[in-house]
Amino acid sequence: MDTEVFRAWIVSAATVIQANRDHLTQLDGAIGDADHGIHLDRGFAAVTAALDGADAAAGSHPATPGAVLTLTGSTLISKVGGASGPLYGVAFRRAGKALGTAVTVDLPALGEALEAALAGVQQLGAAREGDKTMVDALAPATRAFGKAIADGAPAAEALSALAEAAAAGAAATISMQARKGRASYLGPRSVGHEDPGAASTALILAALRDVVAR
Amino acid sequence: MKKLINAPDTVVTDALAGVAAAHPGLVVDVENKVITRAGGPKPGKVGLVSGGGSGHEPLHGGFVGYGMLDAACPGEVFTSPVPDQMLLATRAVDGGAGVLHVVKNYTGDVLNFQMAAELADDEDIEVASVIVNDDAAVEDSLSTAGRRGVGATVFVEKIAGALAEQGADLSAVAAVAREVNERSRSFGVALSPCIMPAAGKPTFELGDSEIELGIGIHGEPGRHRGPMRSARELAAVALDAIAADIALDGDLLVMVNGMGGTPLLELYVMYHEVSEYIRARGGRIARNLVGNYITSLEMQGFSVTVCGLTGELTRLWDAPVDTPTLRWGR
Repeated sequence: MDTEVFRAWIVSAATVIQANRDHLTQLDGAIGDADHGIHLDRGFAAVTAALDGADAAAGSHPATPGAVLTLTGSTLISKVGGASGPLYGVAFRRAGKALGTAVTVDLPALGEALEAALAGVQQLGAAREGDKTMVDALAPATRAFGKAIADGAPAAEALSALAEAAAAGAAATISMQARKGRASYLGPRSVGHEDPGAASTALILAALRDVVAR
Repeated sequence: MKKLINAPDTVVTDALAGVAAAHPGLVVDVENKVITRAGGPKPGKVGLVSGGGSGHEPLHGGFVGYGMLDAACPGEVFTSPVPDQMLLATRAVDGGAGVLHVVKNYTGDVLNFQMAAELADDEDIEVASVIVNDDAAVEDSLSTAGRRGVGATVFVEKIAGALAEQGADLSAVAAVAREVNERSRSFGVALSPCIMPAAGKPTFELGDSEIELGIGIHGEPGRHRGPMRSARELAAVALDAIAADIALDGDLLVMVNGMGGTPLLELYVMYHEVSEYIRARGGRIARNLVGNYITSLEMQGFSVTVCGLTGELTRLWDAPVDTPTLRWGR
């Protein structure tokens, strides 16, 4: 997977987030403050603009997959605000750093980048699995991906495992009571609703699967 | 949706342009969304920076000025500002004595201020942070993100700002801010949801005779939904929750705050009930605020905040202040 794949992933993620802007916002309305889709869409629009801007400026085109993800993370931190800005920002930045300066990325390297992203999110947000957060999508997805490549699965299959585990993880948040973030203020009233951060994580990881399958 | 706006996307910057036009004592960087006192940092004075989502006006921009905040960073509506804004504000107010960040306890605010403090540290600006978490409706336990920061933020900014103005050092200013926070508790009730400009529809649905008890300040539902009841009963619900955490005796500072869409007439009805309740418990309201100080857009409802005063805290509360919202003694 080269720089173009990662750029295509981020652009596709932006499109998917835009298409699901209202859906994510509605999920947030049930247990949060009804703005997750709005702010994530605003952030990813800024990310695609940054990638375009970097294209325009001679020499500053992100030349590696790692650079694409690092720019994505930095832009989200600078533009989104709220909790999702720093959390997604750190996830992409840590993944970008883990990929280093490699021009192409193989499956084990991507697995390490996912691990780094997960560790960054958990370190910053102090959330564990079961707290009803984006970790409930990202952690099982990272595990499923690691298992698939350990079993020798090809890229398409490993990324399908990644996306499916993320979607299942997001769905599993419906029955959880939130222990982190704004939904935790609702206590038992948070049960019965999908966590919007887990839902957006599943969408972003599905975009990676779909881009590689194209 | 009917709102006095030009477009949902520009509501925050359009409002900041209005703040700039209305208050020549403030310097407003509309593009970067930072409000600072005119005149630049005062050498040797601890700088106070706060910030948070927009939609809570007059918090925080209305409290920038002599004896209170040095800078405020408004984010998008109900969304924490970003670290870049906080770093700009921190740099702008550093007079060499360090900067205190007053942070309301919401995951987004805490994370973004934490990142800003790290960036400031890279520039050798000394930063201390105080997390305000006074909401008695939320249990402070591992099963929540902790009590929310609500009305006590106004008390913390006023009292810590007064001490900073008198030349105290960063650790003393941070200590008094923490003391005010620990001595304060709040409880809020919503009679209606509110409408975020970008969303265009109410943040939740509420029946005609239903209310939300134990709300925060972001138009979110509360801890419980219940039937509408009298002002006297609602005062008792709020103060019972507060009294479970702090003693309501001795000299108290009490704020009856409107959520943005509540007539002052009703807030005074509430204040009467609150003062009767406290008097019956042996407390004395030594100082008070009644009005809209920390709001949720056009939400109808109120919150009560109580702080147990000491002689020193009363003296700092009474110290001169000159901001768009609080102004006395100068």
